[in-house]
Amino acid sequence: MLDALIQGILLGGYYAILAAGLSLMFGVVRFINLAHGDLAIYGAYLVLFAVEVLGLSPWVAVASVVPVMALLGWLLQATLFARTIKGGFLLPLLTTFGLGAVLQNGMFGLFGSDTKSLGNHIGNLSWASWQLPVGISVGQLPVITFAVAVAVLGSLQLVLSFSKLGRAIRATSSDPEAAELSGIDARAVHRAAAAIAVALAGLAGAFLAMRALINPYAGPTQLIFAFEAVVIGGIGSLWGTLVGGIVLGVAQSFGATISAQGFQLAGHLVFLGVLGGRLYLAHSRNLGGWRGVLGMPALPLKSATQLKKVTSEGRS
Amino acid sequence: MTMLTVNNLVAGHGLLTAVRDVSFSVAAGEVLGIIGANGAGKTTLFRTLAGVHPASSGSIVLDGVDVTDLRPSRRVASGIAMVPEGRRLFVDMTVRENLQVAGENGRSGAWTLSTVLEALPVLAPLLDVVTGGLSGGQRQAVAIGRALMSNPLVLLLDEVSLGLSPVAIEGLYKQLAGLKGRGDTAMIVVEQDLDRAMTFSDRVICMLEGRIALEGEPQVLCKQAITDAYFGLAHGEMAHA
Repeated sequence: MLDALIQGILLGGYYAILAAGLSLMFGVVRFINLAHGDLAIYGAYLVLFAVEVLGLSPWVAVASVVPVMALLGWLLQATLFARTIKGGFLLPLLTTFGLGAVLQNGMFGLFGSDTKSLGNHIGNLSWASWQLPVGISVGQLPVITFAVAVAVLGSLQLVLSFSKLGRAIRATSSDPEAAELSGIDARAVHRAAAAIAVALAGLAGAFLAMRALINPYAGPTQLIFAFEAVVIGGIGSLWGTLVGGIVLGVAQSFGATISAQGFQLAGHLVFLGVLGGRLYLAHSRNLGGWRGVLGMPALPLKSATQLKKVTSEGRS
Repeated sequence: MTMLTVNNLVAGHGLLTAVRDVSFSVAAGEVLGIIGANGAGKTTLFRTLAGVHPASSGSIVLDGVDVTDLRPSRRVASGIAMVPEGRRLFVDMTVRENLQVAGENGRSGAWTLSTVLEALPVLAPLLDVVTGGLSGGQRQAVAIGRALMSNPLVLLLDEVSLGLSPVAIEGLYKQLAGLKGRGDTAMIVVEQDLDRAMTFSDRVICMLEGRIALEGEPQVLCKQAITDAYFGLAHGEMAHA
């Protein structure tokens, strides 16, 4: 049981990296990118290309591909996403569904249908482990992935909290028109958010390719995992994404101890349970409407601490 | 010195033309009041000046530069800032962050965090409070402070007293009166309260069905002319006092 718990927590690190980009895109741009999983796989194939064809070391390849993916995200937002978002809720879904199909078939055409992995390029890291005092082995790669997830989310948190770009992202996420009226170019902020989101997808894809086999059509499954982690943790919440990833990973890990098929099924059941619980609270107790269902904070935020600080002067 | 010139501005919503051939100018340091009944086109005019609503035709010239085709953020950088109806604060950010955002993305100038706090002292103890928890009056002060932080040449104030208690409105206009004498910033104020608009403004425009029905200095305009223009009782031609 403890072994399943630890393995599940570590798996949550991968889901957090994968889901953070999806969450950022919805939280800032209000855009659901159905090609997010395919972009992750595309990033993994780019790393494989850099390693196998260009001869780069795997970690140099990852460090090189992440900025390339960021540029791709920026371009996608500038040329495609920004146009489709004006067409209502359905058009972005259809467009990104189509983009996913194009990416899948493009990867199939370029790299073939064979499964591939980065595992054989990273030496013994793909199977090496540390022995814990309680007699449990933890893989070094999952630990590194989890550490990278915490570092990435922590860095993003610092950027969002303390930088000019971060404040602009949060302001645009809160009210794009008011952000424009405060001098923020909302288009530029959306492009920056898309760049970060797709870069994170590429990073997640690279870690996936190190620990598993990938093929050009693996993206939609990764999208489902990312979406489940985002909804469990609450859309727009960075650390919630990590929590959501851990919950999903632990559920899958426990499910796998019951049966091989239980890995995915347990994760889906936990996701449905969380979603059902939120639906019940949203409708029966009027807690947050659709925002509550997706785990987003109700607006405006009013905590008891904040209210205590507010003076009565000028209250209307 | 003329700060803002609006020439034959037309703007609308689909087939409805909300602003019809509107022309006026505002001088540096002047306060222009815009009055009119609901649906007169005041808010559409403001949104068009700020760039969040497109102009169908006409031009908006700020300090000699045509800004008609600039997006809102570029207009802020050029010197037009708006306090929108309903305040539109970033409700999950603190007062300090709301002010910082505008300061970082607007023009540079005399308005800084310290000068804004000096002009709007109500904000000083609230700097680290999330704006979602503030009262209406406090939120309005943040919205005005945020607009000032971008160092505007022209400050647009859209129904700033809407939804506030009489005490809060009194306090707010005291703070706005304190801003009047500071620098060359021109203010354009949309106000439903006629008396308030007349006492606060140097010049008043009354809009009716998207057009300017009356224009003049408050002390010169007679009450009957204002009432007629406001309700469209005698609006055959634009009246000048």
